[in-house]
Amino acid sequence: MQVVHGPILASLSSVTHRYGPVLALDGLDLEVRRGEVLGVLGPNGAGKTTAISLLLGSLHVQEGVVSVFGSAPGAAEVRVRRGAMLQISGISANLTVREHIELFRAYYPAPLPASRLMAMAGLEDLARRRYGKLSGGQKQRVMFALALAGDPELLFLDEPTTGLDVDARHRLWSEIRALRESGRTTVLTTHNLDEADALADRVVVVHNGRRIAQGTPAEIKSRTAGRLVRCVTRIGPEEVTRMPGFLKVGTRGQHLEVLTTRPEELVRELLGRDRGLADLTVVSAGLEEAFLALTREGKEGAG
Amino acid sequence: MTRGAETAGKGGGALVQVRGTRRLSPARRLHIYLLEARFQVVEVLREPAFAIPTLVFPLILYLFFGVIMGTGGPSLAVPTYVLATYGVFGVLGPALFGFGVGLANERDTGVLLLKQTTPMPVGAYLFAKVMAALIFGTAVVLGLFLLASQAAGVALYRWQWFALAGVLLAGVIPFCALGLAVGAWARGRSAVAVVNLVFLPMAMLSGLWLPVYMFPEIMQDIALALPAYHHAQLALKVVAMDAGQSVPLHVAILMAETLVFLAVARLGFRRAGTFALGGK
Repeated sequence: MQVVHGPILASLSSVTHRYGPVLALDGLDLEVRRGEVLGVLGPNGAGKTTAISLLLGSLHVQEGVVSVFGSAPGAAEVRVRRGAMLQISGISANLTVREHIELFRAYYPAPLPASRLMAMAGLEDLARRRYGKLSGGQKQRVMFALALAGDPELLFLDEPTTGLDVDARHRLWSEIRALRESGRTTVLTTHNLDEADALADRVVVVHNGRRIAQGTPAEIKSRTAGRLVRCVTRIGPEEVTRMPGFLKVGTRGQHLEVLTTRPEELVRELLGRDRGLADLTVVSAGLEEAFLALTREGKEGAG
Repeated sequence: MTRGAETAGKGGGALVQVRGTRRLSPARRLHIYLLEARFQVVEVLREPAFAIPTLVFPLILYLFFGVIMGTGGPSLAVPTYVLATYGVFGVLGPALFGFGVGLANERDTGVLLLKQTTPMPVGAYLFAKVMAALIFGTAVVLGLFLLASQAAGVALYRWQWFALAGVLLAGVIPFCALGLAVGAWARGRSAVAVVNLVFLPMAMLSGLWLPVYMFPEIMQDIALALPAYHHAQLALKVVAMDAGQSVPLHVAILMAETLVFLAVARLGFRRAGTFALGGK
C-alpha cells in the first residue's frame, strides 16, 4: 500500500496522561497525516481511547502538546471539520435513525445530505426505526453516519467494529475504504490486527501508553517474519536472547514465547538445555503474533 | 502528489465545497436550540417510565384528594390548597426527573461526550432540558387547572389563574438548577434513587400534601430550608392560603438556592472534567 506523506493534520507530542495514580499515556507521540488511514493498534487498556479523547478535546491535556488542524483540539473551528465515532453505550433509544441524523446534521455548517449519509452507512431501510430497536451492527452504523454528518475532513473511529459479527465488520470496512478514496483522513483504533492490516496505510502500535512500533502493516509484519515457539521450560528469557534467529521473547502464564527466524535450531537448543521442557508448539507468526511479541516486549520494558 | 490533491482534482464532491462558514450564525444557532429542544420533548414523551409518573401522577393525586375527597365539605379550601401545591409538585417532577436523571443518564451512556465533540453549543443542550421541563410543567399545570375549575369547582379571579400559572412555571428555574446539580454528581441508575430521595421527602416536608403547620415544629424548621416550600408559599399566596411570610423573603431564598445549585453543578462538572459549563 502506498504511504502518504501528507501534511500533519493532528498530533500528540510527548503526551502523558494520568487518571489518579494510573498512568494511561506515557510520553506518547502520534502524528496523523492528511489522506491516510492511521491504525492505532494496541490491547485493551493500552491508552488508545485516552489518546483519541485528547485529540477530541474531551479530556484536558495534562502534559505534552495536542494539536488538531493547528489549533486546540476542542476549538470551535476544529469541531466542524472533524467527526467521531466513540465507544459509548448508545444514544437515545427513543429517537428514530432519521431523527438522530437530522439532529447531528444541524450541528454543522455544511452537512452531508441525510439521504447520502443513510446510503453510506447502509441505513436506508431503517430510517424510521427507533435506535433502541436496532441490532448491534445497525447501531454501529448509525454511529458511523453521525460521525460523518458534518462531512468531516478528519474522522476518529474508536474501536468501530467491536462487537460486530463478521458480515457487519466487513461491511464497515468497505465503508471506511470508501472514505479513504474520497480523500478523508481517518484515525482508527483497534485491537484487531486484521482490521489494521485491512484498512490502515500506517500502523502505530501502542502499549502501556507508549508507542512501541510504527510503520506500514507490511513493515510491522516483516519485523516478525518468523515462527513463534511456545513451551513450558525452566529456561529464562535472558538465556533465550542468545539463541538462533532470536527476535523477541515473552512469557504468558507458565509459557515462554520466543519469536525466531530459525525455529528448528532454536527448538533443538531448547530441548538440549532443558530435558523437562513440555507443551511445545510452533506456529507461524502472523500479525497477531507480531503484535503479541511487540506488546510483550513493551511490557517488559515498562516493568 | 498527495491523495488529497488528487481527490480535489477529481472534484471529490462535498469535500471540496466552500467551508467558509465555520462560525455558528445566529439563525443556525437558533435552529440547533429548537431542534435539540424538540427532540428532547419527543424523546421523553416516548418514554412511559417518565411520562406516567411525572405527568399523570399529579393529576391522579388531584382527582383523588382535590376532587373526590376535597369537595364534600362546606368550603373549597382543600381543592384550592392542593391546586397550588400539586402544581409545585407537577413542575418539580419533570425538572428533577427529566433534567436530573436525563443528564445523569446521558453522562453515563456517553451521549453527552459524543455531542461535545460536535459543534453543538452546550447552551443548546441545557436549553433543551429546561424547555422540556417547562413544556411538561405547563401540561401538568393546565391539567390541574382544568380539573380544579371543571371538576372541583374551584373559582378564582382571572388574574389569580394567570398569576398562579406564572408562579408555578417560574419554579422551573430553581428546580432545573437542582436537577442540574443532581445530574452533575449522580451517575446513571443511582440518579433515579437520588432524585427520589430528594423528590418525595422534599414534597412532603415542603407542605405539598399537608400544610406545614400540621407538622411538629422541627419539621416546620426544615421546611424553611427547602426550595419547594418557598415556591409553594408563593403559589399559595396567590390564593391567600400561605403561611404569611413575605414575598421578597421567598424570592430571595429561591434565588440564593438556585445559585447554590448552579455552583454545586459546576463543581460536579469540574470534577468529571468533561463538561465545561460556560465554556464553548
